[in-house]
This record gives sequence, C-alpha cells and structure tokens, in this order.
Amino acid sequence: MTARAVVTGLGIVAPNGLGTEEYWAATLAGKSGLGPVTRFDAGRYPSRIAGEVPGFVPEEHIPSRLLPQTDHMTRLALTAAGWAVEDAAVDPAALDEYGMGVVTAASGGGVEYGQRELQNLWSRGKEYVSAYQSFAWFYAVNTGQISIRHKMRGPSGVLVTEQAGGLDTLGHARRHVRRGIPLVVSGGVDGALCPWGWVAQIATGRLSTADDPDRAYLPFTDEASGYVPGEGGAILLVEDAGAARARGAERIYGEIAGYAATFDPRPGSGRPPGLRRAVEEALADARMTAAEVDVVFADAAGVPELDRAEADTLTAVFGPYGVPVTAPKTMTGRLFGGGASLDVAAALLSLRDGVVPPTANVTAPADGLALDLVTGCAREARLRTALVLARGYGGFNAAMVVRRV
Amino acid sequence: MSGHTLIDLPELTRLLRECAGEEEGVDLDGDVLDTAFMELGYDSLALLQVIGCIQRDHGIELDEDAVAEAETPRALLDVINSAARDAEKLAA
Repeated sequence: MTARAVVTGLGIVAPNGLGTEEYWAATLAGKSGLGPVTRFDAGRYPSRIAGEVPGFVPEEHIPSRLLPQTDHMTRLALTAAGWAVEDAAVDPAALDEYGMGVVTAASGGGVEYGQRELQNLWSRGKEYVSAYQSFAWFYAVNTGQISIRHKMRGPSGVLVTEQAGGLDTLGHARRHVRRGIPLVVSGGVDGALCPWGWVAQIATGRLSTADDPDRAYLPFTDEASGYVPGEGGAILLVEDAGAARARGAERIYGEIAGYAATFDPRPGSGRPPGLRRAVEEALADARMTAAEVDVVFADAAGVPELDRAEADTLTAVFGPYGVPVTAPKTMTGRLFGGGASLDVAAALLSLRDGVVPPTANVTAPADGLALDLVTGCAREARLRTALVLARGYGGFNAAMVVRRV
Repeated sequence: MSGHTLIDLPELTRLLRECAGEEEGVDLDGDVLDTAFMELGYDSLALLQVIGCIQRDHGIELDEDAVAEAETPRALLDVINSAARDAEKLAA
C-alpha cells in the first residue's frame, strides 16, 4: 500500500498573526492584516495597500550569524520552519539526516535584500555589495537555509509556480514520502515588500489600486478590483503516517489525501482553463467524490473574470451553492509562494476545530456567482474534508484535498 | 621602519560581529587569537565578507591565497598587517 502523507506540524507567519494560534484567532474573528504599506514609501505607486507581518523582531527569532545573510522573508521562513518542527515535537538531531527533506515554494527569492545590494553596487561600487548577496537573493534560499539550520540532508527542492507553489510543494513532499522519505519540511513563506518587488506585481495588472484596506481586496464581488499583495505563509511538517506513529507524534492535523496540478491552455486557444481539471483530478487522486468535500478554500483572485472562472468551476463540480466556500486570504493578501500553504494550514485548523473562517470584508457574491460564500462571521460545521485551490500567474493551477485522519 | 599595526584583535572581532554575526556559545572577547575560524563559527564566506570590508575601508589589497590559508585570527592579522606595512613601505 502507498505510504500516507500526514501533516504533523504547522508554523505560521501571517499579516494578521505571528504564530499559529494568533493567526487562527484573528482569522476566525475576521480580523484583517491589510493596511497602508509601511516598509517603504509607496506613495508614488498606484497601489499602496499590503499585508505586512506585524511585530516581527528578527533578533528575537534568528541567530546572530544568520542576520547578515538573510532577507526579511527568509527570516520569516526560518521562524515558521522552527515553529513547525517544534509543533510536531520532532527532534531532527535524533533522526537520520538523509531521511528529512525540505521542499519550499518561492517566487523571486530575497528581493528586498537583492534590491539593497544592487543599489549598493550602482551607487557605491562593487566593494559595498555583501558577499552574502551570492545566495541571499537566490530563489532557492529558504530551502537551503532551513536544510542547513535543521541538518536535513534528504531530497530537497524548490517549486516556482507563483501562487500555486504552496500546493505544489506539499504535493511534492507527499511524493518524497511515498518514495520512502519519512519527513519533509514543506510549504512556503514569501514576500517582496520593496519597490523592486512592488513594481513586478504592478506589472501583472492585477493589483488593486483602492486605498481603503477594507475595500481593496474583494474577491467574488461586484467591487472586485484586483488583489492586495502580502508577505508570510506557512511551513508544514509532512510525515509518513507510519513513521509519525512510530516516533510517537502527538498530533496529526490531517492527511494530504489528493493533489493535482494542471496548466492553462495558451491564451486565445478557446479551450477552457485548467482549474476544473485540477479539482477533478485531485478528487480522483483522493478517491473521493465532490459530495464528500465539506469546505473549499478558494484561490479568490479578486479579478472579476478569474473569480467568475473559479466560481463556474465550483458550480460545475459541486452544483450551485453546493459547498461552503471561503477565502481567508482576504485578511492577509496574496502571499505568492506562501499563500496556498497558508490556506492548507487554515483548512487543517478548520478540520481540527470544526469551523470555517469567513471571507473578510465581503458581504455577498456578485450576481451570477452561485457560491455559498462564508461571509460575516465564522461558520461552525462538521468538517472532515477540505479542498484548497490555487492559481499561479502564468497558467498554473493546483488543487489539494486534505482530510482528517 | 617596522610600521604600525593596522588592525588588532579587538578590531577584527568587532568586524566579524558586524559583518557576519556571532555564533551562539562562542566568546569572541575571550582568548581567541589561536582559535580556528571554523571553531568560532565563521566559514569562508564570512571571512570573504570581512576581508572585503577591510580591503575597502583601508584601501589595501590582500593576497587571496594567503587569506585562504589563514585559519586563525593570529594568522589573518599577520596577513593583513604585513600587507599594510608593505603598502606603507611602497608609499614611503
């Protein structure tokens, strides 16, 4: 029988909460972490709202030796990874170092660090560029730093599929587990809240330009006008269920029961987007029917035609108003490589507590979208199975089914 | 003319801290003159960063091979200070 991949530890760094329980309490309360950009002067850019992780003091979480060599988002990732290991009560030093892998999602790497060093290069000369620039801005840096810090030398990698990356890494972690690796640190923490990262997001044409944090990211509504970028994400500890039991793991949040990834057809081909196929194949992979899914964590692009495509997919698979749908990322913004793994973490916490967090700031879906969107306040429900969707800019689609064990 | 010492141990440890941080459990203010950099928690990249700062701020050039062979603060200080004295002689 194929090994089962289960999640035994969570580490969360989110704009509406630093740490799992802080994030979860805020999320259930509908408390948003979106606000005006403070990390740099965004006044002259068309978009000025972001989701920034509050109260993160690097010196409290990161060893001195790592401070000169890490971008802000790598520090967040190392913190989340440390918490995930702690949450799972794993002692990596006691395990085979080649039996532990690290697979994380990334987009641009340490963009803020890279911008600072490139500015040093242009304005002051090469002697002022940090030697650590050699890897601190590298897109694979989080996987590398986590691997070094916890001495995990098993199969490792990085997936760059924009927002879909948070699911693709967990799918890849499951692949490693099925091939016999007992433990994989996975998920993603990302962010590029600096001018260089900001203009790259603006260039997609999908950023909201609204100035009111509560009106800037309103997916599935008539007022949808793009998304708000944020920083953060979640690191998840994925283990072989048998190995987790054997080491006496105290908590299993759930099983990665199904996963599929698809790619959109070329624009103008007339063929439908690949999201529906991803959903259907993830369900087939989990050997489950749509009727068995209790809640959907939506991609929630916030761009009207993309929202409609997602709503149509959900209606086609589940029927009109066929399943509760939510988008807690309305409280964090979209977190690039970090967003979808944070959604998986939220889905697992929903399964744990029997409650679906609300889609913040949204009162009702737009006319024509037949969604049972959870809005206003959290909704209690008997939950066994959740479906998480993610779409990455450039045509990536991924779907993941997580299930209580 | 023997020349002065460009960089002493307290200055080197200050630069190490500033450029590359400080390993937990290591006392850089202790007797570390003959302790290997690896034992102090500094790898080749950390030293590259520190050497880069010293070359830049003091306008000297250090021989790469000699730097790579210097495994302790004493050895590195010798490389730095003899290079500084050579530069001084040249200028004189």
